[in-house]
Amino acid sequence: MKSFTPEINMNEKVIDIHNLYKSFGSNHVLRGIDIDVHKGENVVVLGRSGTGKSVLIKIIAGLLAPDSGTVNVLGREVDKLDSVELRELRLKVGFCFQHGALYDSMTVGENLAFPLKRNTPKITNAQVRRMVTVVLEAVGLARTIDQMPSELSGGQRKRIGIARTLILRPDVMLYDEPTAGLDPITCTEINNLINEVQRRFHTSSIIITHDLACAKQTGDKIVVMKEGKFVKQGNFEEVFSTQDDLIKEFYDYNFIQ
Amino acid sequence: MDSNIEQPEKPVISKGIDGFFKDIYNIFLFLARIFTEAFKRPIEVREVIRQCYQVGYKSLALITMTGFITGLVFTKQSRPSLSEFGATSWLPSLISIAVIRALAPLVTALITAGKVGSGIGAELASMRVTEQIDAMEVSAINPFKFLVVTRVMATTISIPILVAYTGLVGMLGSFLDIHLNEQTSFISFFQEAFKNIYFIDFITTGVKAVVFGFTIGVVSCYQGYNATQGTQGVGKAANLSVVISMFLIFLEEVFIVQIANSIR
Repeated sequence: MKSFTPEINMNEKVIDIHNLYKSFGSNHVLRGIDIDVHKGENVVVLGRSGTGKSVLIKIIAGLLAPDSGTVNVLGREVDKLDSVELRELRLKVGFCFQHGALYDSMTVGENLAFPLKRNTPKITNAQVRRMVTVVLEAVGLARTIDQMPSELSGGQRKRIGIARTLILRPDVMLYDEPTAGLDPITCTEINNLINEVQRRFHTSSIIITHDLACAKQTGDKIVVMKEGKFVKQGNFEEVFSTQDDLIKEFYDYNFIQ
Repeated sequence: MDSNIEQPEKPVISKGIDGFFKDIYNIFLFLARIFTEAFKRPIEVREVIRQCYQVGYKSLALITMTGFITGLVFTKQSRPSLSEFGATSWLPSLISIAVIRALAPLVTALITAGKVGSGIGAELASMRVTEQIDAMEVSAINPFKFLVVTRVMATTISIPILVAYTGLVGMLGSFLDIHLNEQTSFISFFQEAFKNIYFIDFITTGVKAVVFGFTIGVVSCYQGYNATQGTQGVGKAANLSVVISMFLIFLEEVFIVQIANSIR
């Protein structure tokens, strides 16, 4: 459970998705998704692999186009934006990839400086260095600044991925399986970091995961996804107090395993 | 009946033919995007220079060796035929026509298609499958301009320079053999060599070099940028970059030579 009470503004929606459908050929991935994320809120989307969770956040980030439905992020309809407007929106929406997606040919410091320099052409090298140091300290990895991504562990790569997103000071964070493939202690560290990002940087987030511990520790609201639809939503206790077979199965698997 | 049952999509003609036409359409879109993005500001000068270094400077050792040996071996192979007619004095002229008109652009293009094309294809494919390209996109960076346009520009600029260099070292290789056998001086070798080389030859070779460079850049970037299927896709992209580039280079060679001959 969280060690702090997040400041959630229930009157302000940062993400508002209505009746979203997405198919790849004959594979119908999303089948009528409705979801609201309020300012300051962490929403966890929980579901088994292949249920369309990652597709959902890729649509929010404008990486994929929806087939139908509306996707409103920070007051803008994502699929109606031109390239300049989409670029502006992306500065406010951070995306943390499952495996970090760090640039192999750059050091950790260069990975962080790259989006900053590209998006703020007049920034000085001293300012870049300072901001890189600040975010690296925020994720607890200031010492890795000159290391190459190949020298980092899985957990460190994810932390650097989060730092690279934070350097642009986004309002919304999208986490794709932040704890997948990590040991339980590193999972807890990442979950704490997600909460710390919410508290310190006042972000609103969607966290895609199949890890119930992650959902329990980071989520203010949990939605459970099955075959491209949301089948249950609420806080952790509300969702898992049900007798629904799918949810019970999910709960038992995660906590008994 | 359950509406959620997934039905495979029926191809219009056949899966293979549909895919071929879809590829052609996508390549045209890719080409159009290269030309559109290339002239949009900001121009990625630093990245183009860095890529020119990767494509050009890092290929120099291989190109030097290949060019030199091509000139040397071609001279050695041609000597017996010419000496039968007592025409070994024609060697510099014959070699210069062969090297400048055909061998320098072709050998350089094939070598760089193998070395640089596979490198670009594999690098971009690996970036695609590890979501690094998506990471650029969501960081409000235009990955197409930064990764594709700069590499296509670099190959289009660097390969003509490499072709000129290959021509030079090829002629030096030829000179070495002729000097050792006929004791021809450096100046008389080059005077003889350039007797039958005309302005149109330089223009044709220049055009070939630019076309080959552009082809290698576009093909390898297309294969890498659109890679799928994880690590298997990386190998496939590298392989297809080389195979398709080489195939197109030979087609373009025939096409350009036909046009040049009709002008000559």
